[in-house]
Amino acid sequence: MTVDAVIVGSGPGGATVADVLTAAGWTVTIVEKGRNHLLDPDDLTRPASDFSNDEIKFRSRYFLGPDPLIEPRTFRVSEADGDRTFVGEVNSVPSTVGGGGTHADGKVPRFRPDDFRLMSRFGPQDEADVADWPLDYDQLEPYYAEVERSVGVAGTDGANPFAGPRSGPFPMPSGAPMFGATLSVAAAERLGYHPYPAPTAANSVPYDGRPACNNCGFCAFFGCPIHAKGDPVAMLRRAMATGRAELLPETFASGIRTVQNRATGVDVVGPDGATRFLAARHVVVAAGAIETPRLLLLSGFEHPLIGRYLMTHFQTIVAGGMPFRTYAERGRAVTHVHDDMIVGDDASRRAAAEGGLPWMRGGLVEHSGAALPILEATHYPWGAAHPGLMADSPIRARLWAFIMQGEDLPYATNRVDLDPAIRDARGFPAARVTYRAGRHEHVASDHYGPRLAAILKEMGAEWTAVTSSPGRGNAASPEAVPESRHNVGTVRMGTDPASSVVDPQGRMHDVENLVVADSSVFVTSAGYGPTLTLVALAARAAHLLAGTRPA
Amino acid sequence: MPVWLTDEEYRVLEAACECLIPRSERGPGAAAAGVADYVDGLLGAFSFDPPRIWAGGPTSGRMGGEAGFARFHRLSAIDELAWRTRIEGSQSLPEREFNGPVVGLQERYRRGLGALGADFCDLDATGQEARLRADTEFADLLYGHACEGMYGAPEYGGNRDLLGWRAIGIEGDVQPRGWTDEEVTRP
Repeated sequence: MTVDAVIVGSGPGGATVADVLTAAGWTVTIVEKGRNHLLDPDDLTRPASDFSNDEIKFRSRYFLGPDPLIEPRTFRVSEADGDRTFVGEVNSVPSTVGGGGTHADGKVPRFRPDDFRLMSRFGPQDEADVADWPLDYDQLEPYYAEVERSVGVAGTDGANPFAGPRSGPFPMPSGAPMFGATLSVAAAERLGYHPYPAPTAANSVPYDGRPACNNCGFCAFFGCPIHAKGDPVAMLRRAMATGRAELLPETFASGIRTVQNRATGVDVVGPDGATRFLAARHVVVAAGAIETPRLLLLSGFEHPLIGRYLMTHFQTIVAGGMPFRTYAERGRAVTHVHDDMIVGDDASRRAAAEGGLPWMRGGLVEHSGAALPILEATHYPWGAAHPGLMADSPIRARLWAFIMQGEDLPYATNRVDLDPAIRDARGFPAARVTYRAGRHEHVASDHYGPRLAAILKEMGAEWTAVTSSPGRGNAASPEAVPESRHNVGTVRMGTDPASSVVDPQGRMHDVENLVVADSSVFVTSAGYGPTLTLVALAARAAHLLAGTRPA
Repeated sequence: MPVWLTDEEYRVLEAACECLIPRSERGPGAAAAGVADYVDGLLGAFSFDPPRIWAGGPTSGRMGGEAGFARFHRLSAIDELAWRTRIEGSQSLPEREFNGPVVGLQERYRRGLGALGADFCDLDATGQEARLRADTEFADLLYGHACEGMYGAPEYGGNRDLLGWRAIGIEGDVQPRGWTDEEVTRP
């Protein structure tokens, strides 16, 4: 049987494509290498009940995958460091039905108009290959609006003075502000910044047959026990309910077959280890910005830019110790953010010039705390001091922090390729990440770190500490591996086949029925989490394939 | 009766965990909280069916709802390969050695507890600490697991009577109750 589309990956991108295509009457098969803990195996139109408030299961034991013993990745800072300096977890996004949507805490900001036109707005940067996207905010806006309704996004209209124009209101009002955020927001406002309630894909009211979030606090890195997070359970359930979607969990796509510039289907390895071929009229790859180029390389595609321009955000992490409890264990993990450090000001322009840069951009700043006791405990020394530290809890109960998701520029040397020796348990070469932050990222982090610390002091912090990921230490240290999961950019989108891998619809330039529908296609990383933008792009790609229009 | 360790190894493990997370005026230590049971339960996870790797969901029953944590998940074939390799080591089995040999947790604990010595329990705190500091790699492994056993869900064998959570004044898992908007914004 030949289906209309095989979709590789069941995360936010693949789920969205499945939703749009099945609504248009297409038959699809969704191939997912991870297990299904998201949908009820007896009725795939209903959510499962496997997720829980369990730090061991989700943080220590790889419940959502990838387990580095089964699906290792390798890392090095540069080619000069040899084949690799690290084997294990690298920029891991869950390997499970639902993909990155399962563990994300659901902050889903849109990009702003400038994010799509860095080259024409700001100009080039040394070392980086800055470029405009082949589409602009206005072209994407109808798809942003559609997927905000599809996922279910809570937000506050007009709260962010820097936001791009919206064709309609947020589908839901914002949820309850976290206590700590009410204080950091007030402090930031006193210093002239513009924090606002984070647009969040967690229900603030019952929505689409799912309940309102009950503030349990196990949000970032956890699956939602009550499925108040809509991404991507909402899209997958709708696709399954059409009867035109088949979901194949624990099934690894090992290669895309092509005949004369047309994709004919996908070779897969099933849960029993048996291989088979899934014939399809279209192949959609939505495996994430590390696994997607890996699959293209495993399939033998030879475009020299496949895997190039990996970006993942340069995180500046600023913590402050408060003389009071911050109650960060209650609520959605992050309820407020600010854009000021993306937009910049006179001081940041001076800092860029002093740092030898024509321009620089920071990133979205998330106001957050720490909630997890095992994570906290491992940061204290063992021995006699341990019980007192845990009880006083300076880095959990009395901590407040900012994480700035700093825009990292597209460097051709930052890339994903196939490791020459390390393999996954099925015998296929592991993805190797080569990543070094550039001067732009360091200058921006050095400028904004102390300013974020000043907000925490204004909030009442007795001490502050600024770190970054990747860290500044030597290339072989574990801190050299970026903590961020915001992987984007390895299958660049553009109009020119010489400088991009896919066209503005996500179709591979010379294989038009092969579509990439995830954050791989990003041209630049912006300073925002990639999810809503990749979902909007996936919806657009699917509508253009099916000849339908956004709702 | 320990699940996987010998009685003697268990006694050394319990004393070592207590040295890492000791009883104090702030609360009970690792021994009272059953942290050694957590570690022994991990090493012997495959003595149970389903193996005690992933507790179930969506609720524990402590805040209402069913006692779902007590129903451990079944592992798929590839999950079992991962966890048997991690716990038992690769044991020269080709399907576990696709990237070379893996030393399992069982072997690391057997060796590490052996090196602490059968007389470990008889040493004073200073002596015990010196033995632990003599092998920081094992101490780091043990401390990571001790933190999980002290502050993780009790279904995994540690955090007995919720002593770990009570010592630091937290609820642990809170579904299906969660927190009210009032508790979130104005605690």
